[in-house]
Amino acid sequence: MTRKLDIDGRIIEAKDGEDLLSACLTHGIDVPYFCWHGALGSVGACRQCAVKVYAGPDDKEGRIVMSCMTPVADVERVSVSDPEATAFRAQVIEWLMVNHPHDCPVCEEAGSCHLQDMTIATGHNIRRYRFDKRTHRNQDLGPLLTHEMNRCIACYRCTRFYRDYAGGRDLDAFGAHDNVYFGRAEDGPLESPFAGNLAEVCPTGVFNDKGWSQDYARKWDMRATPSVCPHCAVGCNILVDQREGRVKRVQNRYHGALNGYFICDRGRYGPLHVVSDARLRAPLLAGEPATEHDACAVAHAAVAEGAIGFGSPRASLEANYALQRLVGPERFFAGVSDAEAAMVRRIVALLRAGPAKVASLADIEQADAVLVLGEDLTNSSPRVALALRQTARGAERDLAAQKGVPRWLDPAVRTAGEGRRSPIMLVTPVADPLDDVAVMALRRDPLAIAAFGADVAGVLGGGTARDADAQRVAGILAVAERPLIIAGSSLGVAGIIEAAAALGSALGAKARIALLPPEANSIGLALLGGGGLDGAAALLERGAAKTAIVLENDLFERAPRAGVERLFAAAKSVIALDSMASETTARASVTLPVAPFTECAGTFVNYEGRAQRFFAAVPPHETAPSAWRRLDAFGAGDWHDLDELIGDLIVERPDLVGVADAAPDADFMMADGQVTRAPRPYSGRTADDRAGQFADAVIPVDLDGPMTFGIKGARGTAVPPALITSYKTSGQHSANNVTRFLEEVGGPLRGGDPGAMLLKRSEAALIDAPPSGPVTGEGLLLVLLHDAFSGWELSRVSALLAARAPAPRLLLHPDDAALHGLADGAAVLIDGRLFAAPVSLDASLPRGCVAISAGGDAPRGPLRRVRVEAAR
Amino acid sequence: MSDKPLTGRARADRQPHSLAVWRGLGGGVALTQALKRHSPEAIIALVEAAGLRGRGGAGFPTANKWRFMRLGAEKAGPGPRYLCVNGDETEPGSFKDRLLMEALPHQLIVGATIAAYAIGATEVIILVRDEYRAAAAALTRAIAEAEQAGWLGRDILGSGFDLTMRVHASAGRYIVGEETALIAALEGERPVPRHRPPYPAVSGLWGRPTTVNNVETLSAVPSIIENGAEWYQSLSRTDEGGTKLYGVSGCVARPQLIEAPMGTTGRELIELCGGIRGGRALLAFQPGGGATAFLEAAELDVPLDFTHTKQAGSSLGTGALIVLDDQACPVAAIARHMRFYARESCGLCTPCRDGLPWVAKLLDTLEAGKGTRGDIDLLHQHVALTGPSGRSYCDLNTGALTPLRSGLERFGDIFTAHLAGRCPVGRA
Repeated sequence: MTRKLDIDGRIIEAKDGEDLLSACLTHGIDVPYFCWHGALGSVGACRQCAVKVYAGPDDKEGRIVMSCMTPVADVERVSVSDPEATAFRAQVIEWLMVNHPHDCPVCEEAGSCHLQDMTIATGHNIRRYRFDKRTHRNQDLGPLLTHEMNRCIACYRCTRFYRDYAGGRDLDAFGAHDNVYFGRAEDGPLESPFAGNLAEVCPTGVFNDKGWSQDYARKWDMRATPSVCPHCAVGCNILVDQREGRVKRVQNRYHGALNGYFICDRGRYGPLHVVSDARLRAPLLAGEPATEHDACAVAHAAVAEGAIGFGSPRASLEANYALQRLVGPERFFAGVSDAEAAMVRRIVALLRAGPAKVASLADIEQADAVLVLGEDLTNSSPRVALALRQTARGAERDLAAQKGVPRWLDPAVRTAGEGRRSPIMLVTPVADPLDDVAVMALRRDPLAIAAFGADVAGVLGGGTARDADAQRVAGILAVAERPLIIAGSSLGVAGIIEAAAALGSALGAKARIALLPPEANSIGLALLGGGGLDGAAALLERGAAKTAIVLENDLFERAPRAGVERLFAAAKSVIALDSMASETTARASVTLPVAPFTECAGTFVNYEGRAQRFFAAVPPHETAPSAWRRLDAFGAGDWHDLDELIGDLIVERPDLVGVADAAPDADFMMADGQVTRAPRPYSGRTADDRAGQFADAVIPVDLDGPMTFGIKGARGTAVPPALITSYKTSGQHSANNVTRFLEEVGGPLRGGDPGAMLLKRSEAALIDAPPSGPVTGEGLLLVLLHDAFSGWELSRVSALLAARAPAPRLLLHPDDAALHGLADGAAVLIDGRLFAAPVSLDASLPRGCVAISAGGDAPRGPLRRVRVEAAR
Repeated sequence: MSDKPLTGRARADRQPHSLAVWRGLGGGVALTQALKRHSPEAIIALVEAAGLRGRGGAGFPTANKWRFMRLGAEKAGPGPRYLCVNGDETEPGSFKDRLLMEALPHQLIVGATIAAYAIGATEVIILVRDEYRAAAAALTRAIAEAEQAGWLGRDILGSGFDLTMRVHASAGRYIVGEETALIAALEGERPVPRHRPPYPAVSGLWGRPTTVNNVETLSAVPSIIENGAEWYQSLSRTDEGGTKLYGVSGCVARPQLIEAPMGTTGRELIELCGGIRGGRALLAFQPGGGATAFLEAAELDVPLDFTHTKQAGSSLGTGALIVLDDQACPVAAIARHMRFYARESCGLCTPCRDGLPWVAKLLDTLEAGKGTRGDIDLLHQHVALTGPSGRSYCDLNTGALTPLRSGLERFGDIFTAHLAGRCPVGRA
């Protein structure tokens, strides 16, 4: 339902129930504002969005109201341009600038600063305040964010995001009057894994990206490219900023169904792995630097001897496909454990079969009851956890709505909602950061979690549960209107995925399901098929092939060491293609550098089965071409550019035809030419604007994407959503202007959210999974502790995240520790190898488990038992 | 029947009575009558007939507020409901609630219990500012006595009505006197005002129906029950019922607290204080505390109730008269008020947070003889742009600018005279 509003004579159709400011902004009517935010709602603190409203046709006087606090239902006629309202807004800016240091020339934020935009828009240009300014002492907030409190205009967005939205505790507003201080009680790293968003939430330069600040380039000198985060399976959309070939920072790229306005810190700082020392920049022969010519000659010879290929869940669909084409489907393997490969293939089959529909993050936020099986979401897929924090508030919003409080009036919702929470039920092995919003937080060992899920499904199917908690959970899910099941592969237990599927079936069409594989393109890899490492080793041992090609993958990270060693022993040669140095590249017979995700184009398929294209943020470098070009050179295909490769892919695999629709082709043009990566220029030219004026300044060519690196080209709201490089429009230079690009606040991008859904629901009945065997052997069940900041191999080498990562941990239940003669703090051998951390006792951990930090000495793989003993 | 229902039973040394003594003085009668003889609706009707209006400053009819609470409770469904007693007395010039809490805690407890019964509250929380430690101690002790005597707790005096009551010793701030900020303070949050709607009657403390009443308002309730609406009404000189605790400070011979009929004039109150100090002439007075507009000698005979004071261009506020004589500089007085309000701004919204400190600095500069014509223009601009209600989040800013607005209107020449480089008024 809409209603007509007269705004300075222009009639707009406002959505019933929305606020006046949102209505104006989505209709392209500029009203200046600071404290309002699309995801955080209205709070009425800054008083910047004042407009005049009139009671009816006879009202000549009108009255000034804050548009963000005014329901459209309350007004018919509005004037933004009214002189009194204009004067009031100008005065508000002058107040905000009273203590602002006017340090734009040395401020990182300058150039796309909301405060700058609003100040200019409001017409404030002479300072009448002639007294001393208030100054603050800044804090060291850790390696990720800078803090410059003198710039603060006290809009309260930071604490509203950090505390109210993201559930953080260690950032707060202190003090009062004109001495409000936003910071921590004492110096120290911000604890929340979503803290990086403060750099974007802050409308001026109080919080900024510290990595960018230390490796700085002016905002108007950087080129931005649409990309997809490679650091988990959610597939958050990001913008990668670079200058002169060096990636400087990552920012959120709005996606209505996925990340919305926010990404996690792993997604923001993790991609800086591409500028880390671990980048592989030259070929290696037996671990030693070699020339391109020599390395390629050896590689070609090895491929000619007969090769098998190991694909990668962090390589693009195209690179994996190229490898599969080169070696043939029978010789193409997923470079992960057999168990993981089977589990992800099973996820694909389940999503295709239904009946529960896959949940986007936007769907997750709409759920009214959620059961999480096994996943420590905050640490494995952080953005999902952030979505669940909003889900939890559903009951509060419902109660507030009953009392007449609209959803966007966020602080009032918190008051009227009486602290009610929608039921979120966690069944996980270790204490979970989401426990504070959960109505039930149950601790079970990995196998018991699968059994618990199956139990709940049994109750929903009419049975009774042995476990009273399962009975309760089933009761809550049964009465929910929009129940949601979340599970994943983190614990390496196929039974957990099966239990989730059974729950989905039992709940029927009203249910949604989210099954989270480990990596950005796990699903894409599974769509190509192929078993895991173990089968491949057998094939090499039989002598069916001599060479193993390992695509963008440190196998030691993704499967238990013994299996990988067996592979290295069986292969005559190992050819590694990677952008990053690893144990695999160091031990390969020949290693060829390839482009990281910031230097090539490709497609990732996220947990939903959404194919999303990333593009080269940095012009491709000839010493590190796209992996698929290396494979093309080995004879995989005859592809000139990415579109040709995708053409072959969809001919061979008609079910993947959507890959071609994930983004416009490389020959896509708009009236103004190709979409440009460069920001909207101000008057004059930028330092980078040399193309066409100097003989040596040639615009780099990007064969694989439809965007130019040049300064001239198409930009603005008409750009297709998958190609949006900035949210700037005339006079609006900060990302706050994203509202212009949305169908509605918080809704999809105009023209639809990017990506193409590949997993169409099919008629075919689901084949039952083979029952998983028991976990054999002796010892304790191994639980991998994930960490939001460390993530997988790529994010771990981002210097900023490495500085933020916690020390490794090893947790044991006190009784198990006693049984093994281990005291708190004792050094421990795991399967005979010394673990990096001593024992910490944790009585909340279920008996019979040992929990250790993932990565390094703790690779992925199926659930297994490990020997735990004291190190002598 | 005393003509001083609020303070008539106080000890001369301002120490609290024991409950036994209080009962002996007839201080428990109202409780028994209210719970046993009256329905909640009847009590609200009685308070309405008595003409009781909120003594916290706004003068909102108490019975209406209580009815909102009953409507709000219906809307909110079952669960706890709260009566919060606002003992965060911080208005400059105001020192009335302090006496009522320190010397007459049982009277407040009985009043609050009757109010809770009338509005269906399940818990009473008395918020007391940090500086009023004697008040908090007296109330805490009196509540313990009341619990012992069966005046609080389960089935009070066999009426079937249950109520708990406690004292919340708050850090206190000026803004905590604002009802939604008071609620935030009770929840352990930053004391900043909250948006209305939802109104506290629907969604207040912990989201539940809540009424916030001033100490003086509730302290007046027992006498209405004891003696009836007509009697209470008759105490007043005007249409607004009862007596008022006026506090007179500033340039008078004997600053003091005076319980007098509602509608007593400034002239009478100043005379009761021994007149203007040193026999000087009156320059002006603020009738209701620091945030009210100035009145001058011509308005000395205005009956100081809510309606007449408003008609005269000011407001009764808390009934705290601040008196300036002809040798006191109004610019200095306003500057001192402004420093207070600028400091007490909660920091939530821009006009108050960044506007008031600027105004305070301008006034200090002007008072020091270092101001410019442009400074006076800026003062006028602040008053014009942000004086009207609704420009700031709450009314603190509007209140803070009220004496400035009125000072510029009435004493514009004194402001201008400061531009000559020194204060033109006698003593300064």
